[in-house]
Amino acid sequence: MSEAALREELAEDRPPHAGPWSQLGAAVVAAVVGIAGVIGSLALGLGRLTQPGPGLWPFVVCVVVTVLSIALALVGRHGTDTEKFSRASVQTAVAVLTLVVFAAVLPLIGFEIPSLLLTFVWLRFLGKESWVSSVAISVGTVAAFYVLFVLILQIPLPRLI
Amino acid sequence: MGGFVDGFGVVLEPANLLYCLIGVVIGMLIGVLPGLGPAATIAILLPITYGVEPVSAIIMLAGIFYGAQYGGTITSVLLRLPGEASSVVTVFDGHALAKQGRAGTALGIAAIGSFIGGTVSIIGLTLLAPVVASVALDFGPPEYAALSLFGVLLVATVGNGSRLKAVIAAGFGLLLATVGRDTFTGASRFTFDSLNLADGIDFVPIAMGLFGLGEILYNLEERHHKVQAPAAVANVWPSRADLRQARGAIGRGSVIGFVLGVLPGGGATLSSLVAYAVEKRRAKEPERFGRGAVEGVAAPETANNAAATSSFIPLLTLGIPANATMALMFGALLIQGIAPGPQLVTEHPDLFWGVINSMYLGNILLLIMSIPLVGVFVKILKVRPAVLAPITVLITLLGVYTVANQVFDMFLVIVFGVLGYLMKKFGFEPGPLVLAFVLGSVMETAVRQSLLIFGGNPMGFFTRPISGTVLVALIIVLTLPAVRVLVRRRKERELV
Repeated sequence: MSEAALREELAEDRPPHAGPWSQLGAAVVAAVVGIAGVIGSLALGLGRLTQPGPGLWPFVVCVVVTVLSIALALVGRHGTDTEKFSRASVQTAVAVLTLVVFAAVLPLIGFEIPSLLLTFVWLRFLGKESWVSSVAISVGTVAAFYVLFVLILQIPLPRLI
Repeated sequence: MGGFVDGFGVVLEPANLLYCLIGVVIGMLIGVLPGLGPAATIAILLPITYGVEPVSAIIMLAGIFYGAQYGGTITSVLLRLPGEASSVVTVFDGHALAKQGRAGTALGIAAIGSFIGGTVSIIGLTLLAPVVASVALDFGPPEYAALSLFGVLLVATVGNGSRLKAVIAAGFGLLLATVGRDTFTGASRFTFDSLNLADGIDFVPIAMGLFGLGEILYNLEERHHKVQAPAAVANVWPSRADLRQARGAIGRGSVIGFVLGVLPGGGATLSSLVAYAVEKRRAKEPERFGRGAVEGVAAPETANNAAATSSFIPLLTLGIPANATMALMFGALLIQGIAPGPQLVTEHPDLFWGVINSMYLGNILLLIMSIPLVGVFVKILKVRPAVLAPITVLITLLGVYTVANQVFDMFLVIVFGVLGYLMKKFGFEPGPLVLAFVLGSVMETAVRQSLLIFGGNPMGFFTRPISGTVLVALIIVLTLPAVRVLVRRRKERELV
């Protein structure tokens, strides 16, 4: 098999690239952050070169970021390094949601139940594991964490038991 | 020389031996498993290092890094699935050999090459690092400003993907580093009146989010082939003829890896590509490459290990990380209250020599694990990514919580995890951002002190020999591609 064909096959896993609009969008987002940074730096005060103020360094950095982002918007539109969001991206969004819920309820009800639910949801619904193995692995994982963090390392995690 | 000998005393302490072993085993494991790379693993394990002695912590993290170079080979050869980016070229000839029933030969040659490359590189590190450090002791703020700028920009431009995007990402890293209190004037910058941001953003949640969680989220979108369990590997010892054939490739790979590893942005991946290309160009029958040439496995595997080791030189001697993984080491040292730089060898000789000498030992351990024990690691491929993902996520979130018992830190990791995921989706590498973030405050302080030294004249950087040379070199490196394009266009026009 030739190198080129192999490279192609290795790259096949990547979803199709997302086209010029996503490139433009990325550049615009970067430029907006850069411009906001320029404004924020000006507010902090630039000082003088002999006596730099707190805003001078971030100002320089943000000007560079803004200029490069505008350059990206102009010349980078035909890049193929962005990825389309697919149905699988919905899974990622769900995954992030579980993480946020986990972090929010952990201080309230301890780490055991949130950890159990998190691993179970990831295994069963994101990982498409069977019901039996999802239950078994999540219970096993949380038990192992309990032994490791609470009993052996005695780390003060918020906990139920 | 005394420090070098004492370093072995440090390594041979039972605790350090254990951490070295743990490090290389974890490195092998994550090298074998596609998905999590060494950077992600080191990021996720950062919280553990808080409770460990500095020397032991860095020995373990270093073991993960060079251990992953060994492990990445196994999946490249057996499954045509590179475990690490630095083993991608190994696939070409490694898998061809496996299909001929010579997987054992490929793995054996790779392990021996890795061992030799790693060891040559450690010897180079042992000899060169103290010299560089002693020269660097005279460096002042202008030199550091120039070197850190050189490091950040070179890492951003050498990496794969869009250079423009990489430099923009680095810019955001520098910007994030300014959050918190300005050390010169005491002013609060970009804290949005949040108490949690008053002291700046910690390195740990950024690294864990961008590298760790970001990579997990990115991998959730089923990017990997279904992994089938490979056939058993028999006879891992390469024959004498194979070794003779690979000899030159291993020698050249060691040198290429060592040199490219030292350069900012070089590192394991680039050196494996270069070493492969060199062998193919030198070969009398280049058509053998891709069809199971032993040199095609030996060269990249030797080079990536040599580079992984030598990339410690700029970190340990100048305090400038040469790549994203070294940026994590930098962060890990800072966590321990140790500022890497030229004074490291004199102020913390136990750490400096202990870490370097642990690599001799680690490479021996890895050689043992990758030849007689290779079958054990192959079995790990049966673990499904779907099972590993929730466990690593749990380690990440609980881990970052334990650092300061702050729920806020968990949310920071989630935010940076989402950012890391989105960056990858939009073609931005998180590496330059993390590296720039780590160097950000060093760089700003150096630039501002330099401006004071030069009486506010930015051209002053060019008046000092070292900072001037570094900046001129940087300008040449950055403008070279553009010049080349212009020359090519002119030639094309002449042809028309």
